[in-house]
Amino acid sequence: MQTETPQYAIETRNLSIFYGPFEAVKDVDLKIEKGKITAIIGPSGCGKSTLLRAFNRMNDFVPTSHVNGEILMHGINLYSKEIDPVEVRRRIGMVFQKPNPFPKSIYENIAWGARINGFKGNMDELVEQSLRGAALWDEVKDKLKESAYALSGGQQQRLCIARTIAIQPEIILMDEPASALDPISTLRIEELMQELKQNYTIIIVTHNMQQAARVSDFTAMMMLFGETRSGTVIEYDKTDIIFTRPGDKRTEDYVTGRFG
Amino acid sequence: MAKDLYPNKDDLQKFVDARYRTAWVWQTVFLSALLIAILALSALILNVVDGAFGYVVYEFKKDPALVSEKPIDDLNQTELIALLKDNLSRGAYNKLNNEKVMETRSEGELYGLVIERIIQVKTLKTYPLFESLFNRAAIEAEVAEKFPGARLEFRSWLTPDFLTTPMSSRAEFAGVRTALFGTLWMVSIAISFALPVGIGAAIYLQEYASKKSLMNKIIQTNINNLAGVPSIVYGMLGLAIFVRAFEALTSGALFGVTDSNGRTILSAGLTMGILVLPLVIINAQEAIKAVPDSIRQAAYGVGATRWQTVWSHVLPNALPGILTGSILAMSRAVGETAPLIIVGASTFISVDPSGPFSKFTALPIQIYQWTARAQSEFHAIAAAAIIVLLVLLLTLNATAILLRNRFQRRY
Repeated sequence: MQTETPQYAIETRNLSIFYGPFEAVKDVDLKIEKGKITAIIGPSGCGKSTLLRAFNRMNDFVPTSHVNGEILMHGINLYSKEIDPVEVRRRIGMVFQKPNPFPKSIYENIAWGARINGFKGNMDELVEQSLRGAALWDEVKDKLKESAYALSGGQQQRLCIARTIAIQPEIILMDEPASALDPISTLRIEELMQELKQNYTIIIVTHNMQQAARVSDFTAMMMLFGETRSGTVIEYDKTDIIFTRPGDKRTEDYVTGRFG
Repeated sequence: MAKDLYPNKDDLQKFVDARYRTAWVWQTVFLSALLIAILALSALILNVVDGAFGYVVYEFKKDPALVSEKPIDDLNQTELIALLKDNLSRGAYNKLNNEKVMETRSEGELYGLVIERIIQVKTLKTYPLFESLFNRAAIEAEVAEKFPGARLEFRSWLTPDFLTTPMSSRAEFAGVRTALFGTLWMVSIAISFALPVGIGAAIYLQEYASKKSLMNKIIQTNINNLAGVPSIVYGMLGLAIFVRAFEALTSGALFGVTDSNGRTILSAGLTMGILVLPLVIINAQEAIKAVPDSIRQAAYGVGATRWQTVWSHVLPNALPGILTGSILAMSRAVGETAPLIIVGASTFISVDPSGPFSKFTALPIQIYQWTARAQSEFHAIAAAAIIVLLVLLLTLNATAILLRNRFQRRY
């Protein structure tokens, strides 16, 4: 099984994701590079989020969903029976589309995840490091005990990123993290992603093609195909190639705005 | 063009007017529905208040002015005891003394005894409040004609004493203390059973059970239906299970209590607990459902287990809703009468309940029993007891509303 080369953070093999009898995502083979930002783009409803949520087994909460094929991390299939999804989600953190801090204090938002995962170090330090890591420390250092709901949308989203890096994952999944934010907040999140990729592998789903072009190193283009209307990755390459010399006509139509 | 297919000019004016007329008709219908509801509620409250206050015609067997030299209101404890000793037969006095030694009784108690045993008030007739207020002359004339020598006095049947005196066979001396304690005991038992079981079931159904499974759908439908089952059916259940089948437990025989049967506060409390259980479950489910999924996802996203998510995020956020629902369930338990009649509430009991294995009575039972009596003074104290019950219910509901407003979260 140990065929994965170390440069890949995570890898899918013949991955298909089903909701009941419906095959939402079909035959995806992706090798996600370590320490890079990989963007998943494509039209609405093509299974981008479904694919992203498969990586940290969030689809497990959809009662009818099941998966064929493999997702390999360090050569281990995340969907094999002996793997605990709770452990997977600690290794692969997630930032959601809508900022969703806990209705607790800013401090507690970060400390809770660390505590339940058995963090034994100095909690105050961890909170500060995580907030600094998410470029939020200076804005909130005087109001750590205040409710996270008092923050603006952009700050809340950075708090969610801080919460995620506090548990030290290897990979961070981002599901359209800036789609609910204004351009300035979006810019800050994008700058933050560039810093984060020094320590983490990031996979981001986005609707915004400019954003994908700006932030990502690799891009996977997804599209519906066939009679089953299943989504699959039609092209996966370095971002500048996808956006300048795509190999697939459909990709070219999509990234130039002629389609979708 | 499609333009011609819509009404124009004069037609348009007529058409708009017609639409306004329809709207006005419906608005009037809804307003009258509201008015009918308000009228019905006012009638209920006026009726109760009407009964609880008003003129009473009464006479004394012995004139209080002649019983002792000082007015009896001014007598102290020793003087009251002496008065009782002088005026009661030796047997009657000794019997009272055996029940509770005279010297240990308070002045209020002794005063009550003097009124009850020596003066012996007899209520001849009671008048409702509105007749008393607006038809005083007629009442006075009637009293002068029918009850010569009797006294006429305006009386509020709802007094602080009414709350603190136990049951009595004479309406003038009866109070709701026993019933109030019975109700409180019963509701505490019902809630301490229904709350943990109900919240537990709600958490399981909402957070763990698969929504798709047929079994869970059947269970859910049944819970919803159980909330609508007539309360007397729960009474039958309580009689069969708690009073009869579990008699050893509910009578306290297992715990060395020997002087009671299964018709205890514990049986009634558990029956009420079963009765409100579906309500608690449904309310708790609604509260849990109202916690947004994004919070659960956030918790799972940082590697929480299902239980950690429920315990740290779902429950704290659902708690205000769960509490509100539980208080409403409590007020249902306070007001239910039918199951208590079947489970066997005592209709006459003057001793405070001392524990879960006591015989008991409850406010609605007391009201029911008093209303069934022929004498009009019992109807008056029934009205007073209804006011007590309504105030209790309103307090509970107001608490629920306050809790909800105070802790309601916006996401």
